Amino acid sequence: MKILKIFSLVLSTFVVSGVFASDMKVGFIYIGPPGDHGWNYQHDVGRQAVDEAFGGKVETVFQENVPESADAERVMTQMALSGADMIFATSFGYMDPVINVAKKFPNVKFEHATGYKTADNVSTYSARFYEGRTVIGHVAGKMTKSNKIGYVASYPIPEVVRGINSAYLAAKAANPNVEFKVIWIFTWYDPAKEADAAKTLIQQGADVIMQHVDSSAIMTVAEEAGVYAFGQASDMSEFGPNAHLTAIINGWAPYYVKRVQQAMDGTWKGGEQTFDGIGAGMVIIGNMSDKIPANVRKEAQDLANGIASGDIHPFTGPVNKQDGSPWLASGETADIGTLLGMNFYVEGIEGDIPQ
Amino acid sequence: MMLKIEPRKNRSNFLEVSAPIIAVFLTMIFGGVLFLSMGKNPFEAIKLIFWDPIMSPTFSEYSRPQLVIKAAPLILIALGLSFGFRANIWNIGAEGQYIMGALISGSIGLALYPLDSMFIFPLMILGGIIGGIFWAMIPAILKIRFNTNEILVSLMLVYVAEQILALASVGFLRNPEGLGFPGSRDLSKYPSAANPELIANSGMHMGVIFSIIAVIVLTYFLIYHRLGFQIKLLGQAPKASKFSGVNSNYIIIFCLGLSGGLAGVAGMFELTGPAGLINIDFNVGYGFTAIIVAFLGRLHPIGILFAGLLMSLTYVGGELAQFMLNIPAAAIQVFQGMLLFFLLSTDLLVSYKISLNISNLNNKKLKSMKE
Repeated sequence: MKILKIFSLVLSTFVVSGVFASDMKVGFIYIGPPGDHGWNYQHDVGRQAVDEAFGGKVETVFQENVPESADAERVMTQMALSGADMIFATSFGYMDPVINVAKKFPNVKFEHATGYKTADNVSTYSARFYEGRTVIGHVAGKMTKSNKIGYVASYPIPEVVRGINSAYLAAKAANPNVEFKVIWIFTWYDPAKEADAAKTLIQQGADVIMQHVDSSAIMTVAEEAGVYAFGQASDMSEFGPNAHLTAIINGWAPYYVKRVQQAMDGTWKGGEQTFDGIGAGMVIIGNMSDKIPANVRKEAQDLANGIASGDIHPFTGPVNKQDGSPWLASGETADIGTLLGMNFYVEGIEGDIPQ
Repeated sequence: MMLKIEPRKNRSNFLEVSAPIIAVFLTMIFGGVLFLSMGKNPFEAIKLIFWDPIMSPTFSEYSRPQLVIKAAPLILIALGLSFGFRANIWNIGAEGQYIMGALISGSIGLALYPLDSMFIFPLMILGGIIGGIFWAMIPAILKIRFNTNEILVSLMLVYVAEQILALASVGFLRNPEGLGFPGSRDLSKYPSAANPELIANSGMHMGVIFSIIAVIVLTYFLIYHRLGFQIKLLGQAPKASKFSGVNSNYIIIFCLGLSGGLAGVAGMFELTGPAGLINIDFNVGYGFTAIIVAFLGRLHPIGILFAGLLMSLTYVGGELAQFMLNIPAAAIQVFQGMLLFFLLSTDLLVSYKISLNISNLNNKKLKSMKE
């Protein structure tokens, strides 16, 4: 018995003193807490997938609640100084800090989510969330009885505008009488504001609410008001068991595991820009509620499969811009440049994008 | 039976000096227990927070200047607030004044881009001061004219300023070369407007120099200037100050103007240096943290200087503890809260004593008899 104790003591000392030290240290920086059931939670799921995939070979560390300011630069510098070999910066506003820190640490590999600036040791990655919005747009078009769909939007940046357009086109195709009402709230995460916006939309007659903000507040409001909503970034059905139709889930895990593997193999490259969708598993359509009729569920699934295989493109002509000027000719699909810089509504959406 | 807090007749100088040190030790002990209860090594955590940013060979070379950079805006804002707090004028909206200072000075810099002139930077400093004063004058004037509560008005104006900031980031100050994403041009890369480190790797930028000068000037002002005396008098004995001819409206304008101006200029230095650009998340709470710093420093300029550095240490060291030991951010905030709690409570015990008064009722009777 005593020998066993001594043995375990020696063993634990070895573990602590780093005899079995990991080959690689990977850091993650989150804009909010991983417990947000949304954006940060999914990045943390990805981090845990890296832990599992490589066992003790890779050590992961993370820092939560890092503001998109000078603080981000300091946190990343300290991580690099502590011996991190690779850093995933998981919010758009970390862009310039990433570039600055990457310059100081040419041997550390940086991965920046949703940005557009790269360097020799900086790659970017983003998901084609608009593909998921096409699928839920279709469901929304089929499920609305008032023909009014409410949309709570964060900031008028291309990603959000793209989501509104793709959701609208799909909803319109599913139900020609559909109307979109968009409220911009200029924040990514503010449960109170999100709830207020959702209530306003419901008062205006919307019976399906879509969201491009991060909290689960809208789901709660929808459940209380007896209307439908969709999970954002994660499955949010626990906040609205009756309201929750399905969710667009962010699937970062495959990408994180792949990039860490490449870094270990020496095949990782900077300057790459990944933009993956349903096909690569970066966008996942969640479980569909049985409130959705079976035929609509099947249509939505077919739509997702078609997008995944590349047979269907969410932006396929003929599509006009809001002012009536032609954008895509019949059969034409949108080019990546226009998608990445999208700053206009398609024809049929009312209101203006705030400038 | 009740607890009674009464002023000490003989205040011990030794206690007064050692109170903050005792508080830091108490924080270490109770914080250590907190970390231990989470299964973390308390000694390592405390070392990471208090020691490593200053002394560790891995981090200190980078962290030391960062301490100064992080402390500068806290000190500047807290200095301004402390004058108002002494006079019972509660400016809670320094965060908003900080944003407006940055916005006005940023607008000036961006409007003149890419002009090359040595006058742009001073003009922007002026813009920062004016922006902050302008935002602080709203609660000041409303208080004087309509006797509104400056706590509420200044706090509410923070949210207004945040909305204007968001609007500017996606609208009128947006970088025309930024592909439609929010955020202005990077002013720290525009030489005429930039606020770089004056000596490489020292962390000393113009804002740091400015805060040191402000500490000296305001110390002198508080001790020797008539207005400094009047501010103290208004806070401690409002009626007496009225009889001695202190114009309280003038003091309200002065205190809110001073705190607004300093918060605004802090925003300007942060914008042109460490932050670089106007963005939605430009403000990170310096205006609110500075309230704590002001009280930690016992509303005295020199005290605020040290309080700002200590606060900055808990931030920078707290970050190290977070990712080195995987301690959640909330636990670090609790730790910072403990520090404040112990500092204020030891401070109380220096000037007051708590006595257990058993025969309270009798005392009261005795008192009324005497009267």
